[in-house]
Amino acid sequence: MSLFLIVALPFLGALLPGLMIRAGRNACGGTTFFVTLTAFAGLMTHVPAVMAGEVLTARLDWVPALGLNANFFLDGLGLFFASLILGIGLLIIAYARFYLSREDDMGEFYTYLLLFQGAMVGIVLCDNILMLLVFWELTSLSSFLLIGYWKHLPEGRQGARMALIVTGMGGLAMIGGMLILGDIAGSYDLSVILEHRDRIQASPYYLPALLLILLGAFTKSAQFPFHFWLPHAMAAPTPVSAYLHSATMVKAGLFLMARLWPVLSGTEAWFIIVTGIGLVTMVIGAVVALFKNDLKALLAFSTVSHLGLITMLLGTGTAFGAMAAVFHILNHACFKAALFMTAGIIDHEAGTRDITRLGGLRRLMPVTFVIAALASLSMAGIPLLNGFLSKEMMLEEAAHTVLFNSALLVPVLATVGALFSAAYSFRYIAHVFFGSQQDNANGQPHDPGFGMWAPPAVLVVLVVAIGVAPFLAEPLVRTVTAAVLGDAAAMPDAHLKIWHGLTPALTMSAIAVTGGMLLLIAFAPLARAWAVAGPPAAKAIFDAIIGAIIALSRTITERLHDGAMTRYAAIFSVTVVAVAGHAWITGNAPAPAREMLPVEPLPLAGWLLLVVATLVLVWQHRNRFLALVLMGVVGLMISVGFAYLSAPDLALTQLSVEVVTVILLLLALNFLPRETPMESAGGRRLRDGIIAAAVGLGAGALVYTILLGDFAAQTISAYHLENAYKGGGGTNVVNVILVDFRGYDTFGEIIVLGIAALVIYATTEALLSGPVRARLLNRPLENVAGDAHPMMMVVVTRLMMPLVLMVGVYIFLRGHNEPGGGFIAGLVVAIAVVMQYMASGYAWASGRQRVPYHGIIGTGVLVAGLTGIGAWFFGAPFLTSAFGYFRIPPFEKFELATAMGFDLGVFLCVVGAVMLSLDSFAQMARRSGIAASEYDIDIDPSRDHALDTDKAEG
Amino acid sequence: MELLVASSVGVLTAAGIYLVLRLRTFPVIVGTALLSYAVNVFLFASGRLAVNQPPVLRDGVTAYTDPLPQALVLTAIVISFGMTAVVVIVALGAYLSSQDDHIDDGPGRDDVGEEAQP
Repeated sequence: MSLFLIVALPFLGALLPGLMIRAGRNACGGTTFFVTLTAFAGLMTHVPAVMAGEVLTARLDWVPALGLNANFFLDGLGLFFASLILGIGLLIIAYARFYLSREDDMGEFYTYLLLFQGAMVGIVLCDNILMLLVFWELTSLSSFLLIGYWKHLPEGRQGARMALIVTGMGGLAMIGGMLILGDIAGSYDLSVILEHRDRIQASPYYLPALLLILLGAFTKSAQFPFHFWLPHAMAAPTPVSAYLHSATMVKAGLFLMARLWPVLSGTEAWFIIVTGIGLVTMVIGAVVALFKNDLKALLAFSTVSHLGLITMLLGTGTAFGAMAAVFHILNHACFKAALFMTAGIIDHEAGTRDITRLGGLRRLMPVTFVIAALASLSMAGIPLLNGFLSKEMMLEEAAHTVLFNSALLVPVLATVGALFSAAYSFRYIAHVFFGSQQDNANGQPHDPGFGMWAPPAVLVVLVVAIGVAPFLAEPLVRTVTAAVLGDAAAMPDAHLKIWHGLTPALTMSAIAVTGGMLLLIAFAPLARAWAVAGPPAAKAIFDAIIGAIIALSRTITERLHDGAMTRYAAIFSVTVVAVAGHAWITGNAPAPAREMLPVEPLPLAGWLLLVVATLVLVWQHRNRFLALVLMGVVGLMISVGFAYLSAPDLALTQLSVEVVTVILLLLALNFLPRETPMESAGGRRLRDGIIAAAVGLGAGALVYTILLGDFAAQTISAYHLENAYKGGGGTNVVNVILVDFRGYDTFGEIIVLGIAALVIYATTEALLSGPVRARLLNRPLENVAGDAHPMMMVVVTRLMMPLVLMVGVYIFLRGHNEPGGGFIAGLVVAIAVVMQYMASGYAWASGRQRVPYHGIIGTGVLVAGLTGIGAWFFGAPFLTSAFGYFRIPPFEKFELATAMGFDLGVFLCVVGAVMLSLDSFAQMARRSGIAASEYDIDIDPSRDHALDTDKAEG
Repeated sequence: MELLVASSVGVLTAAGIYLVLRLRTFPVIVGTALLSYAVNVFLFASGRLAVNQPPVLRDGVTAYTDPLPQALVLTAIVISFGMTAVVVIVALGAYLSSQDDHIDDGPGRDDVGEEAQP
């Protein structure tokens, strides 16, 4: 089966449980099981090839420019982890079917579980570290959902949040580390990175990369001091704990360390950090585990301890250590998942997980007892069970490890860890299954149904099988170890055996087991001492830190982001001025390189008008109507300025936009207060004035410097001037740029314009369907013109309409060669239509407007898009234009260009957008009690005369 | 001439910023409109100034002003219309719904203490 499919199957399958739950819980569980089974079977088809030493790859270039490729590869290590994930996943899915109660939403549970499964398989199979990071974060997210699955439990929510914060933080650090690593190696493909051991270890960025990556791995694998999230994640349903927090997710950090072992390991930094942290975690986890009374908390800390053990083995950097680590990952996954499942069974049957309330379950639950006892003894490291073998290898490795120049440090601490590990394993058996029977919350506990004990039983069969006949596991362990080692080290000449002779490891093992039993005998007084003198709970520290961070960010946020927009604007302006001022003072502005253009009287007059209008506008801004008029003056002066400074297209556009903007603001002003009340005190106005003056001064100085300076680089404008006619077939270079050179930009812009208009339309509709509508309809009439639709204006606008439309067509047609084009023509036509609204009233005009404006916008975008697509049929890229010259006899020779089709789209879009916006505003102006005139013209002397005569005659 | 353009941009920017710092929606809208004038002229000016050199190709003429900023500013003018229209409808909707055209938010309103008494 394709590797892509194996990774994709769980994700695709995640869609099914939510649907299948309607067909019942068995169908839901069965479907999920089948999905995972298919992926597992697909994976198994590759076993022969991988065991023979092949590496399978599947490549798909996704974003090659970023080095982001969807590449997957399957070697021994990937196969090993993927089998664990999918294989144990199968057992967990079966177990969860019977574990979840009727009140739990099983579809949701399995969806999350499959999402998680897919993300995990993605991590272990992907070849690209950027993809790996994506999958990595996905596991954090899906585990958040799974831990918080019981949303009604506060511990569940808190545990989920804590896990997300810790692992998510580590994930962020890892992103940094991975990017550095990829940068050093020159590729983001793992297979390439793994070949550059020397280059990576010689790089000065090796240490930062190592620290960041280890931060990610340690948080994920619950290494000290980040171990505390794991016990709190135990608020999750037991299948989640068994799956994520013992067998798979917490191993992701180990996987990553194993995966990058060939390039990262072997240095002093790696050895000290990884071995040291692993050792500390192992001992602390084991000690704390012994004194936990909650079954799952005990198992959680024991998991922390075993993860530390494996980390330590990876840290030693020897081939034998790596082999022991691989073997222990396998063994730990088997016995720990089984133990979690038995804990779930006990919780389920006895109604409690509190060890002090349990006891004597041996007779009541014999099957569970056998499973739990075998798994526990394996964890304690008793011979003939698989835990013994790898623990022996660990102690062997520890005996040869010298840390901080001490040959005793590692062996002694490893023995202490193993001793406590044996103690809590024995406690799990002795205090739960032996002793006197305690109170039973659930009546008489008994063994669960087959469906619930079979999954852990399968794992325990493996525990015993490997323990008795270690050679069964040897090919797998050797293949995986070879994959971990890569080219960095030779395969160790060690074999998995029960009896190695009287080695130091055996002595240490004997000490551990004996000591463990002694500890258990002395448990009661020790537990009392622990309760008094034990270390503080990590949760309190974590909560305090998080609380402090929240308080700090709240203080900052409330200072800066208190809902006062004026404050943001002021802060922003001051910051920009400060930064720009700093650049101005420290940098050196280029000396003037251009002659200033002479000032002629006319432009001077225009400038004077503009400045005076602006100043009066600011002074008189409380009078809103006056402000609007003055704004129109400013806009007019700017368009005159454009015309003077050789920009006829801009002048035309600015002028027509000015008209519609003023109309729009007038419409709005109709509903807003006419005056702006005086609210700011003098001091504040002065402050704002100073800020404004500073920004204005800066902007002016900047423009002045730019205007008198030369171009910093060669401009691309010469290209446009040169090719406008040859390549674009037009002499108006601005228009050719718009519809041809930069056609894609324009295409985007008309879409934005259309969206803006639709937003306005939608907002208006929403407003008018709410309470605002009644308020608008019933607002008092004020300042109503005596004559709403003056006859002169009505007649003139109607006569002008065809003329203006023709001007629009003319401006549109000549646009390619003379100032004009779709934008300007669209605005002109829109103004012509708006004039009809203003003169004859909304009802009259909209009654005669048969094409909806949305349709015009849509048609415009469509026409422009289709013109662009048309180029595809001639094998050219999107929006390539073509043109030709034609002669139809009575006319002169004329030009046709495809750009004209595009410009037509622009034209339609502009007309539609402007009209839809104005139309929406005008909709609000309608009020109750004023019916539309039934006549075409309100005032009609002949009609009125006839009526008068009628009256007179009547 | 350059001085005139530069000072216009400066005056427009200052006026725009001052109005944006007001407390009611309408002056803020007018302020952003003034700011967009300033920005458009700024962009246009990046092509340097030229009189009587429109970028419309003619036989025998070799000097043209820079067409590229003009093309950019042309669309910017149209888009700024769209932006103004959206901001206006938002302001209008807020005013019609709450009968209040302050732009600052609720109880934490900036300078409540400073605001001049009626």
